[in-house]
Amino acid sequence: MLQRIRERMNPTDIVMWAIGAVLLVMIIWGSAATLVKGVYSTHHWIDFIVFGLAQGSVYALIAMGYTMVYGVLRMINFAHSEVFMSGPYTAYYFAAYFYRSGLLESHPVISMVLVFVISMATSTLIAYLLELIAYRPLRGAPRLVPLITAIGASFFLQYVFRGLYGSGFQAYPVVKALEGHMMVGPVRILKFQILVIVAAAFLMIALYQFTQRTRLGKALRSVSEDKEASALMGIDVDRMISMTFMIGGAAAGAAGVLYAIMFKQVHFFMGFIPGIKAFTAAVLGGIGNIPGAMLGGIFLGLVESVGPSLFLDGLGIVAPYQLKDAIAFTMLVLVLIFRPTGILGERLAVKKA
Amino acid sequence: MNPAAALRLPGIRLGLIGGASLVLLSLIGMVEAFNQREIVTDVISMGQTLLLLTAVFIAYLAAKHEQARGRGRVFAAGIAAGLIMAGMLALLVLLGHSINMRQVFINASPVLFQTLVFQQEEIWTGIVLLLAAGALIGLSAALLCLQPHWLRRVITTGLCSVAVVGLLQDLIAPIFAAWGPLADLVDLIFPGNGVSIPGAVGLLVVVAALSAAWSFKGQAVQDRIRALPPKSRRGLNFAALLAGALVLLILPQALGLFLSEVMTIVGLYILLGLGLNIVVGFAGLLDLGYVAFFAIGSYTVAILTSPELGFFDWNFWQALPLAVLFGVMAGVILGVPVLKMRGDYLAIATLGFGEIIRIMVLSDFLRPWLGGAQGIGKIPKAEVAGFEFATPQEIYYLILAGCFLVGFISWRLRDSRLGRAWMAVREDEDVAQAMGINLVATKLLAFATGAGFSALSGAIFATKLGSVYPHSFNVMISINILCVIIVGGMGSMPGVAVGALALVGLPELLREFADYRLLVYGAALVAMMLLKPEGLWPEATRQRELHEKEPTAAAAALADGPAEPRA
Repeated sequence: MLQRIRERMNPTDIVMWAIGAVLLVMIIWGSAATLVKGVYSTHHWIDFIVFGLAQGSVYALIAMGYTMVYGVLRMINFAHSEVFMSGPYTAYYFAAYFYRSGLLESHPVISMVLVFVISMATSTLIAYLLELIAYRPLRGAPRLVPLITAIGASFFLQYVFRGLYGSGFQAYPVVKALEGHMMVGPVRILKFQILVIVAAAFLMIALYQFTQRTRLGKALRSVSEDKEASALMGIDVDRMISMTFMIGGAAAGAAGVLYAIMFKQVHFFMGFIPGIKAFTAAVLGGIGNIPGAMLGGIFLGLVESVGPSLFLDGLGIVAPYQLKDAIAFTMLVLVLIFRPTGILGERLAVKKA
Repeated sequence: MNPAAALRLPGIRLGLIGGASLVLLSLIGMVEAFNQREIVTDVISMGQTLLLLTAVFIAYLAAKHEQARGRGRVFAAGIAAGLIMAGMLALLVLLGHSINMRQVFINASPVLFQTLVFQQEEIWTGIVLLLAAGALIGLSAALLCLQPHWLRRVITTGLCSVAVVGLLQDLIAPIFAAWGPLADLVDLIFPGNGVSIPGAVGLLVVVAALSAAWSFKGQAVQDRIRALPPKSRRGLNFAALLAGALVLLILPQALGLFLSEVMTIVGLYILLGLGLNIVVGFAGLLDLGYVAFFAIGSYTVAILTSPELGFFDWNFWQALPLAVLFGVMAGVILGVPVLKMRGDYLAIATLGFGEIIRIMVLSDFLRPWLGGAQGIGKIPKAEVAGFEFATPQEIYYLILAGCFLVGFISWRLRDSRLGRAWMAVREDEDVAQAMGINLVATKLLAFATGAGFSALSGAIFATKLGSVYPHSFNVMISINILCVIIVGGMGSMPGVAVGALALVGLPELLREFADYRLLVYGAALVAMMLLKPEGLWPEATRQRELHEKEPTAAAAALADGPAEPRA
């Protein structure tokens, strides 16, 4: 028995599993210690969970773009975080205008819908142009080439928007109708968090139905399955790839407004961290897999929101909230190491990556 | 003609694209920011040069597209493109005059519009001038397109040299002004801000003449050198190397304080670039968390030497080997988990690692040991037998020594068995493994070597600055280094130096650039990948690979032995 284990494992695997085991022990130990100490009441935990759900559903929406593009082109669209930033940053100027003219107060629904539409349109346009200019000429290039292009495009877009709109933080106007709490059953939830969760859920379901039911969605899925065969079936592959980018862009634009509603500000660099986290979410759920991205996003949001208090507080770490990004990145690395196919992963990640 | 057909005409299509780029350049503030610097005194500023070069390039492309279809089409396409571009700028000016765009686009200032209409008081006169300039640009681009190849090269080289000299006036003027007899000439060429008109004309004529001479005689000179017996050729190479080394040694004395400081920054990036070149260029492992090793090197030196923390009180030379050792160890430790990953997954995982390290250093949790957001100060300077490396001019030598050491090691490694194994892994992992290469050892050695170089660079960085902060180690540094080696040419060591000079040195000299640095980096990465993926100074094998269409040239290069890589 021992002989067989020794044959199958090589030294690097043993090191990896040892690291994994240490982390697992730390998590269990920390959680137990926190729960025993009882610093946080049930109310705190509920707040953490709801916040995690809201944040996670935003990640999930952004992750759509990563996962769909990866499904079609097998590349990480590194510039997707800038697609995400461009929408709400542009829509900010309209939101501020609506706020000044009083429309936001008198007709909150209409003005918010307009803000969403503008944000989604901008992000869609940026995603379309990105694909057209930066990625389309590179079909069939060595793998490293489009990835480097994507990194370049990401920084280019960031600083173009910095040049256009300035480098300061812009405070998103507050919507009166979204102030305050609401009781859902026995639980008290902030109103804007409800909006974020409901809107994100609605969009994700719509997107999923679109890819499953409509003709266009079927064409998209067929392209991600096999480009050549799809072309032979009369599908315009280039147009479908463009479409994939645009749908991902629209989802990111909507996610951007939700993000701005949650954190109340926009900035040219706002896309970077959510972008990496959304990518983590996509990998977590199994990249190339749409329901997986939703699941991964929500899971990541929850871990990030509950994690610092649950795992780290008990270990006696000062100011654990500062380390929430480190938790997300650690999770990314762990998933990439131990289960690169993700939770709902298909086997493509190993074979084609 | 219907709109779709019109769009298919190169003149109109490229004109619209070019117009959009010009409007974007103006709106993101580059034109206005660059306007402070005159290229030719009272004639043209750097901002205008930027617009002009873009416009000429686009109009030239449009004309070139129509070259096969007769002179008339060439002129039509060039002028159409020029007019459309000017027209779009004119629309921007009109829009800016009628409404206040500054609430949204902060750079849409009256100064910008004033620049675009050539400082004319009357807006309509300015717009007519603008359109005329557009037509003129189109016309000259079309004319340029119709010239024979050598003449085109002479004209563009001459004009570009004026632009470059004007751009680098702060670099050129002080160096030559120090030499007695040249001082008068320098005064004549650079009367103040920019090149003087006679200076510009003289420069244009001289460079154009040289370029013309080269295009007729250059091949002959090259052939003569190639025909020399191997012994004297080697002598020539050796003499060139010696001269180069000598220049590098006396450089800080000639450059003065500010430029030496720039050179130290460039040198640090060359060190970092040589390290990343091993990981990305040789072994093909895209590492975006490279800055982590830089941070480890810096922090090791800081913790071991700084009296502020007071754990140890070593000097720099005692701390340096340990810093490199920690870097190598970190390279192995971070290398093991990512061994099985490839391509994009590896990039993202390493990016995650780099961020984890930065967040940990920044956190209050590790503050007693690492100083938190305040960092660690009072790092002592390096010292050799009582001589202290304190000013930039002195630190320059420290960095130069580091560059030579690292350059020598990576040059020897490249041609070693290990180097060939790295390249095999880069080309195809599976095949390399089938050929008996131990993937684990090869990849780990690449990570470890690169990390060691990076830690060395970080150690020098710590003593140069005298303090370390977590904010110096963000992901931008990794991206900058990646840009340096990609623009220079992946896997090419001279390329690293070229890339560092172009991407790090130039922006330091052109202070207006600071805000647009990453924008230009991003654009450079995309443009390099689209147009010249092998880089500015490519490695010989990679150039052959990417241009397999020219088998004769490749065969000739092979027959010549290891040919000198040409830019």
